[in-house]
Amino acid sequence: MTEPPQKVPLRDIFRVFFTIGASSFGGGVTGWMHRITVGQRGWLTNEKFLSGLALGQVLPGANVSNMAVYIGQVLRGTLGAGVALLAVLMGPFFLVIAVATLYDEAIKIPGFHSAMDGIAAAAVGMVLRMGTMGALHGCRKAAPGLIAFGVFVAIGILQWPLAPVALVAGPISVALAWPRGSRDA
Amino acid sequence: MRDNPLLGLTFILVPFSLLSIGGGPSIFAPLQREVVDVMQWITAREFIDLFSIARVAPGPGAMLATLIGWKVAGWTGAIVATLALFVPASILTLAVARVYDRYRGREWHTALEQGLAPVAVGLIFAGAISIIRLSGNGALTWAAAVGAGLVLTLRPKLHPFVVLFAGAALFISAEMAGLWPLVAP
Repeated sequence: MTEPPQKVPLRDIFRVFFTIGASSFGGGVTGWMHRITVGQRGWLTNEKFLSGLALGQVLPGANVSNMAVYIGQVLRGTLGAGVALLAVLMGPFFLVIAVATLYDEAIKIPGFHSAMDGIAAAAVGMVLRMGTMGALHGCRKAAPGLIAFGVFVAIGILQWPLAPVALVAGPISVALAWPRGSRDA
Repeated sequence: MRDNPLLGLTFILVPFSLLSIGGGPSIFAPLQREVVDVMQWITAREFIDLFSIARVAPGPGAMLATLIGWKVAGWTGAIVATLALFVPASILTLAVARVYDRYRGREWHTALEQGLAPVAVGLIFAGAISIIRLSGNGALTWAAAVGAGLVLTLRPKLHPFVVLFAGAALFISAEMAGLWPLVAP
């Protein structure tokens, strides 16, 4: 693994990821992260960032926290990953609770639940868009399409528990994507 | 587990952390099942409010877990829930990131990426439908969600906050227009 040009101080990692986390309103954080870490700071190459992004998306965990771990690890190993994770979550942790604290007061305002339902509906729109982009990108063939549909029906419609579904569908799906006649398996 | 919420949160969230392929949205459906139906820690109404709060506040949507922990067991609950949801997945990401770059371009590498993508897509759509199901206003929620998804697709640079705000405004107007009875909090 190539080292970055200079050893990035841990406090810089903390500061950058704290800012990213605390200002990550409404999603699109990975774009913001790319802008700062690749564009402004030059901490890692574009290729390395995108490869980490793909990794962060296929592995379990939120994209934001996985990217913080990945970039932190590239810069300063395990310690860097820990600092970046802590920093990126710290702002949202307190802010989300601050907003929820106002909830008990806000609940008395007429129309509050409607507003919350409306926000939830719009946020579901973002989720649908993310799912659609993923489907267009990775589920064009019959097999992945069926896997995605099967997982959706099992979890979303039949409400089966996640663990057995993921543990069955995951390996089957990876096996189907496995290259035939591969030698480095 | 019902008697010790901290233990309960840990037992529910640690496995979810390791199964949250594609990030927070993929565990919303099973999370709702566990905390609303099985453990009965919060009501469906509270779940959808917390989901919206997590969307309005900065940070990943998975901060919903922080809010559930906070609701169930105060500050300790919030900390335990956050750690339980973010740390296991982050450790896995760290471990994989350390070996990942060494094997870039190998065929199994691609198979893993391609194989897990459809599972994530299925889980993301299941998460979307579970939120829609929780909201009382089915048809309007569907319309708003699809509309928000389309707007976000057509206007990629539009700040997501605008869409969330528009969703809230739409639902409040619909309530005032008498499309559904005012529900007392």
